[in-house]
Amino acid sequence: MLSIKGLKIQGFSDEKWHDIINGIDLTLHAGEVLGLIGESGAGKSTLGLAAMGYTQPGCRITEGEIIFDGVDLTKLSDSEKRKFWGNRMTYVAQSAAASFNPARRLIVQTTASTIRAGIKSRQDAYDDAKQLYDVLNLPDPDNIGDRYPHQVSGGQLQRVMTAMAMSPRPDLLVFDEPTTALDVTTQVEVLASMRSIVQEFNTAAIYITHDLAVVAQMADVIKVLRYGSEVEEAPTRQMLTAPQQEYTKSLWSVRALEKPQQEVQASVLSLKGIDASYGAVKVLNNVNIEIPKGSTVAIVGESGSGKSTAARVITGLLPQNSGTVQFDGEYLPPELARRSKEQKRRIQMIYQMADTAMNPRQTVREIIGRPLDFYLGIRGAAQTRRVTDLLEMIELDASFMERLPGELSGGQKQRICIARALAAEPDFIICDEVTSALDQIVQEGILKLLMRLQDELGLTYMFITHDISTVNAIADQVVVMNQGEVVEQGLKTDVFQPPHPDYTALLLSSVPEMDPDWLSNLISKRADAGH
Amino acid sequence: MGAATLFVVSLIIFSAMELLPGDFGETILGQAATEETVAAFRRELGLDQPAVVRYGQWVVAVLQGDLGTSFSGRNASGTDRSREVVDLVIPRLRNTLFLASMAALVAVPLSLFLGISTALYRNSFYDRSVNTATLTTISFPEFFVAYILILFLSSLNSVFPSLANVDANTHFGERIYRAALPALTLTLVIVAHMMRMTRAAIINLLASPYIQMARLSGASPTEVILKHALPNAWAPIATVIAFNLAYLVVGVVVVEVVFVYPGIGQLMVDAVASRDIPVVQGCALIFAITYILLNLTADIIGIATNPRLLHPK
Amino acid sequence: MKTDPNTYSALGEVAAVNERRTFWVRIVMDLRKAPLTARFGMIIILCYALVAIFAPVLAPYGEAEVFPEPYAPWGSVYIFGTDQIGRDIFSRMIYGARNTVGIAVATTFLAFLIGGVLGLAAAINRSWLDQFLSRSVDVLMAIPSLIFALVLLSIFGSTVTNLIIIIAVLDSTRVFRLTRAVALNVVVMDYVEAARLRGEGLGWIMRREILPNIMPPLIAEFGLRFCFVFLTIAALSFLGVGIQPPTADWGSMVRDNASLIMFAQYDLKVGLTPLLPAAAIAVLTVAINFVVDWFLHKTSGLNDEQ
Repeated sequence: MLSIKGLKIQGFSDEKWHDIINGIDLTLHAGEVLGLIGESGAGKSTLGLAAMGYTQPGCRITEGEIIFDGVDLTKLSDSEKRKFWGNRMTYVAQSAAASFNPARRLIVQTTASTIRAGIKSRQDAYDDAKQLYDVLNLPDPDNIGDRYPHQVSGGQLQRVMTAMAMSPRPDLLVFDEPTTALDVTTQVEVLASMRSIVQEFNTAAIYITHDLAVVAQMADVIKVLRYGSEVEEAPTRQMLTAPQQEYTKSLWSVRALEKPQQEVQASVLSLKGIDASYGAVKVLNNVNIEIPKGSTVAIVGESGSGKSTAARVITGLLPQNSGTVQFDGEYLPPELARRSKEQKRRIQMIYQMADTAMNPRQTVREIIGRPLDFYLGIRGAAQTRRVTDLLEMIELDASFMERLPGELSGGQKQRICIARALAAEPDFIICDEVTSALDQIVQEGILKLLMRLQDELGLTYMFITHDISTVNAIADQVVVMNQGEVVEQGLKTDVFQPPHPDYTALLLSSVPEMDPDWLSNLISKRADAGH
Repeated sequence: MGAATLFVVSLIIFSAMELLPGDFGETILGQAATEETVAAFRRELGLDQPAVVRYGQWVVAVLQGDLGTSFSGRNASGTDRSREVVDLVIPRLRNTLFLASMAALVAVPLSLFLGISTALYRNSFYDRSVNTATLTTISFPEFFVAYILILFLSSLNSVFPSLANVDANTHFGERIYRAALPALTLTLVIVAHMMRMTRAAIINLLASPYIQMARLSGASPTEVILKHALPNAWAPIATVIAFNLAYLVVGVVVVEVVFVYPGIGQLMVDAVASRDIPVVQGCALIFAITYILLNLTADIIGIATNPRLLHPK
Repeated sequence: MKTDPNTYSALGEVAAVNERRTFWVRIVMDLRKAPLTARFGMIIILCYALVAIFAPVLAPYGEAEVFPEPYAPWGSVYIFGTDQIGRDIFSRMIYGARNTVGIAVATTFLAFLIGGVLGLAAAINRSWLDQFLSRSVDVLMAIPSLIFALVLLSIFGSTVTNLIIIIAVLDSTRVFRLTRAVALNVVVMDYVEAARLRGEGLGWIMRREILPNIMPPLIAEFGLRFCFVFLTIAALSFLGVGIQPPTADWGSMVRDNASLIMFAQYDLKVGLTPLLPAAAIAVLTVAINFVVDWFLHKTSGLNDEQ
């Protein structure tokens, strides 16, 4: 069906042409699903779009051929290629919310390409669309098409986009990270729908993602990409059990980190009966959390669960309506302005997006040096020495001191943020989704670093995350939150084993695992349970 | 929101009277200024009453169409030939509206066409040359454009008259002929601004992700523009038009002075020079109301075409 | 390169870590790559600045010196002839650079001082102060500035000080809006929150965290505001309510000699006389617009895609 040989693509930025894809071969047969995985920068999306013959503005194909059902797409003009798009090849984008025209109804957009290509009449296309909505498990399939994009949720929009891609019954479907922006519990539904529809219509598909467990569910064959070149390709089961290349093996190994259980000490931070709200909206309801000294407590929940809000209450950015925050024996004033410098110093925070957490116009030395100056009064040569020490602690060398954040990689930036937190010599660090924006391998590095620092310096961490495998890797205790309330708190081993409160059960079961049959098993289990 | 703004604006304009230096009565009355006449003048203006009362009276008067009496005409001979401000303003207003409409009728379609076409053919030679031309034009002061036009179209080659004398009796065709140069000046200035803003709005729109999605689903470039870009373009374009029409209101002042066109702009400038406060107030009020109305219209169109607001969840 | 999590850009992936070049090397590189229009603009601006500063040296006669020959034709004694009273136009043009441009610069600075400080304060406060200032600015902007300026000038009289203050206050509204908008983008960044958490004072946050990150749009705006102020002052002078005689000023010079234009068919040079000051205004504004346009294009990091 699709055969790509020796493809090379370059992109223009910063006054030069860079290589994005360096000579890749790809074969896809009808009814087969190929999973493309790799970290960001690997070129997955570019390859996916190239499979349709589409290059983004600023990119060009320098070599190679893309043969779709006998036709070489590289040799066609735009108007000829357009005959294929939306017709025999379709695309499901990462962000459905941004990809739908806000001014047109969903059903119109779903069927637009089908009607235009003359595949079906308008009435037939509409009926067919409603059937697709039904197959994809959308609520109220007959009428949901009459709505506008902003009137349905993210997960539903993603499924509508899948319906739109399926409407012309294409020969090739390209899924570009379709579930990355969704919550874990929503993701399961969407994945199941996507897979069933691809199987039902025997479409060839390319599924692009960076999430290994997800690709294990969806693909028959997996291809690993790195820096625009292929690392390895193999059928799914073989790839999971016996990867050949070092790089592939390292991708898989991240999920193997696990922290051994430690003994529990007295609490260094405790939240009792915390109620908090933004204006009239209540966001935290009677939250009680105990964080023992020297341990890592993971706060788990989906978006809107209140985990970040709890952190804001602890730091004083959002004073609570009622309840107390106790740190090392003393009660902290709810407002940041009323806290002493010492109190502020001992609690530090690391943010999710290292890009926005550092002032782009300050050098590494200034970023790390400021807390040293502000809290500890260390300046001049002593400061330089201390900054060098801290850089060493985060496994970077002294040459980084004069760099600006824009010159660092994602992992390096996050390490600098860690060093900035360490500079204040705190007792307690809040890590707010610090690894969520990083690639798998980089994540592993950061997590290992944090654990080492905890051992050496006796730090206590409150680790906010939505990713269960991260929790497994670093947590001693787990707090599960849902919609502003604490659902469960306890030792990691206790929380991860049944019996679970309903929400925890839902959350844990929705996390994709590396077993290719996981999704199928889950669907049948839930169907049996009447979900 | 608009009403509140209008209220505060009227307060500001009203307080113009308050801020006058104390001896203005003498200045206005000139040689007729004796203690009694000044006092009578002040009483006539109601200056012996508290400010709040006066504001109320003023608003009531305005709503009834009475903008007060002009200061001019109270001269040394003692006879009061002062005229109602309204009488002065209305015919001038009609002239200005005529001029502005002439300009707008040509300018709006022309700039929309230029703005959209340059956005579509971005970075082509056509786009770049139009861009440079408009960048140059918006940098020129209006009177420069006006005088250049006079130079070429009136002085060197007598195509149009350089003094646009119209009055109530000028016949329609003649009006257009006489007002051609001022209208042309205004058009050139407005087109430059409006075209650039339209172009920027369209380019912004074309960069949205759903436009790429539309291309990927096989839509031809025409279809992308008509069915996907345009429905979302009304709001920004309406804002641009309203904003520039408001700008037109201001540009009119200079143009009228250059061409000695009897419009409300020239009236205001003369009144400012002679410090005829009631006339200044009246004109300012009218300008302000027009400006606010136009901006309000733009906001309303923006709301009316926003699908999120039209079809709430 | 910005990476918007909602859209995918192949270029964002590949354009990796940039090499750091020193400040001066970068400036030279930028200048070399500047398009013709921008380079032209910069040279013009430089010339104007020199003329304004060295006016007394360059002008052959004084700005208010009257000669017994009004409306003299262009010649070797009076290069551009004399005006309606008998003053040398060429000298007045040179002094006009100093007066008109100088007043415009002062006004723009004042507008930036007022608008910038208030805009920053509003962005940082984001509650009652912001609301109050924004509403006030909305109201002030509801009246077209030329009209408002006319009203105020008719009340207070057209002295140079009044002119500067009135226009600065009116123009500071736009500076306020821009400063507030860009500062708001920065204020919600995590690094500003990190500074607040540390306990840094307001002054520190404004100076070290926010200001350095909003400079590029502010610099561009300075150029644009200057043009607007410059044109407004020229227009007001042209209308007779701006800079008053005998101060040499380009706007009023146009007005004084306007009637000469009708003589163009007889003597082209005489007809061009009123256009000279107007052209002087136009050329400077065009030059600044070219430079600002180039600057904005560079700093917004736009890719010229189709």
